[in-house]
Amino acid sequence: MSAITRDEVAHLARLSRLALTDDELDHYATQLDAIIESVAKVAEVAAEDVPPSSHALPLTNVFRADEVRQSLTPDQALAGAPAVEDDRFRVPRILGEEA
Amino acid sequence: MSLIRKTAAELGSMIAAGEVSAVEVAEAHLDRMAEVEPKVQAFLHVDRETTLEQARAVDARLRAGERLGPLAGVPIAHKDIFTTRDMPTTAASKILEGWRPPYDATVTARLREAGLVILGKTNLDEFAMGSSTENSAYHVTRNPWDLTRVPGGSSGGSSAAVAAYEAPLSTGTDTGGSIRQPASVTGIVGMKPTYGGSSRYGLIAFASSLDTPGPFARNVLDAALLHEAFSGYDPMDSTSIDAPVPSVVEAARNPDVAGMRIGVVKEFAGEGYQAGVLARYQEAVQLLESLGAKVVEVSCPSFTTALPAYYLIAPSECSSNLARFDAMRYGLRVGDDGTRSAEEVMALTRAAGFGPEVKRRIMLGTYALSSGYYDAYYGQAQKVRTVIAREFEAAYQQVDVLVSPTTPTTAFPIGERADDPMAMYLADLCTIPSNLAGNAAISVPVGLADEDDLPVGLQIMAPVLGDDRCYRVGAAVEQALESRWGGSLLSRAPEL
Repeated sequence: MSAITRDEVAHLARLSRLALTDDELDHYATQLDAIIESVAKVAEVAAEDVPPSSHALPLTNVFRADEVRQSLTPDQALAGAPAVEDDRFRVPRILGEEA
Repeated sequence: MSLIRKTAAELGSMIAAGEVSAVEVAEAHLDRMAEVEPKVQAFLHVDRETTLEQARAVDARLRAGERLGPLAGVPIAHKDIFTTRDMPTTAASKILEGWRPPYDATVTARLREAGLVILGKTNLDEFAMGSSTENSAYHVTRNPWDLTRVPGGSSGGSSAAVAAYEAPLSTGTDTGGSIRQPASVTGIVGMKPTYGGSSRYGLIAFASSLDTPGPFARNVLDAALLHEAFSGYDPMDSTSIDAPVPSVVEAARNPDVAGMRIGVVKEFAGEGYQAGVLARYQEAVQLLESLGAKVVEVSCPSFTTALPAYYLIAPSECSSNLARFDAMRYGLRVGDDGTRSAEEVMALTRAAGFGPEVKRRIMLGTYALSSGYYDAYYGQAQKVRTVIAREFEAAYQQVDVLVSPTTPTTAFPIGERADDPMAMYLADLCTIPSNLAGNAAISVPVGLADEDDLPVGLQIMAPVLGDDRCYRVGAAVEQALESRWGGSLLSRAPEL
């Protein structure tokens, strides 16, 4: 039995905001299936009582003083934007037709 | 000897003494690049005038009596994953084609402060995901030892540039082996500092709990000088370690291993390892013993599950980090025809702008983090990470450093693993544990494999903030081997 179906890959692509073609979905379904089967080996390590590590170092929250500092100018911040209008990022519509 | 064959330390001394100018040194390297780049293709972006401008500025600072570091005026190739104000930054992705960042990464800023002269931005696997630099969206980089083979990855442009004498130094980033493996397969030195020892600010993120900037050089001392130049606490990186940089330069100048305890990782040998790699590795271990080190075998059984754990943790973090490429504020935007929604434009842009390996990892990470699978995959991988860190801790109770081959094979042919992700992932088998535990680790050249006359690297691993031990042992190996060979390994590379 495969670890992941083509429908699941299509769902993952939607969640990942990747508009994939049918051919790509077929291709990734086969590859992800093989990769997931292989990485499932992590289950072989007996680790029920072991705490998870999200990080290598024992760092907790790091704070700094809340002081005003120099930041990017509007021109600098907008310099790489795909589209700009009135000193703002211009974006495609964010609400559906029905909204 | 021509300027391009000199070490970074020599060039720095010559420039400081006024024997040669930073401009002359930069020109010599730019000329070398013009000559060999058509074959090697290590760089994504080169701008002769910007480079010479930096060199002129360093010369002026030195003439004005400003005291700069030991690498002032020395040229460097900079991995195109660090932001640079005056050069494009792409992470070798189409989604960032032509992007000019509004700020410098901390590593970039520190290179400039130390007076290093940036020759250009080097090629990499897109967003540092890969082990061959074949995943670059722009072009393939070739191994200077054999132009039909890969230079390793993801920092393959940086390793190739140094091995081809286009630059004495370069920067890299190491998330699962992306400095050490390319160093190993091109016959140079590459160091992954302790996680948090070098700043991630302005380093385009792949897997934030693992990403670590580090140096490439043709010898251990040069690597240490560069390490010292850009490392150290950075308040702009919340995971930066607020502690002094380990004394790596001093260690590189004191190659003495007498009495040191060296652990041979039992699990990193045997099936899947090329015979010529194992032969050079075992000789290096014997060499360390002959230099007075005590060698013992150490077992770290969970290291064999580091690879699967990594291929859950790194893609999970990447799926989250790469969500920022949303076609709204910078980078590519595709399909914005006035009728499509932001979400549709986002999905079309990401499909057009990301390459196959990046898409694969984003989806794998999204899967590992999704409800219903989280505990079995990401959660379990995080527990394995703890187990691996504990095995390292137990090992370092017995020994000062651990050693292994850096990567199981020499440089593989271009194309051989390009369509087989699982085969590609095996290149990082021995390097990943140090990333998961945040430890320091270096790769130093130890000879050529008999089968193919290609370089083999020795990996030396040390505990968190034990970076100096990597340099001490690495320098001892280098000194003994170079006196045996009558020169560096790289001096045996074929002429380009």
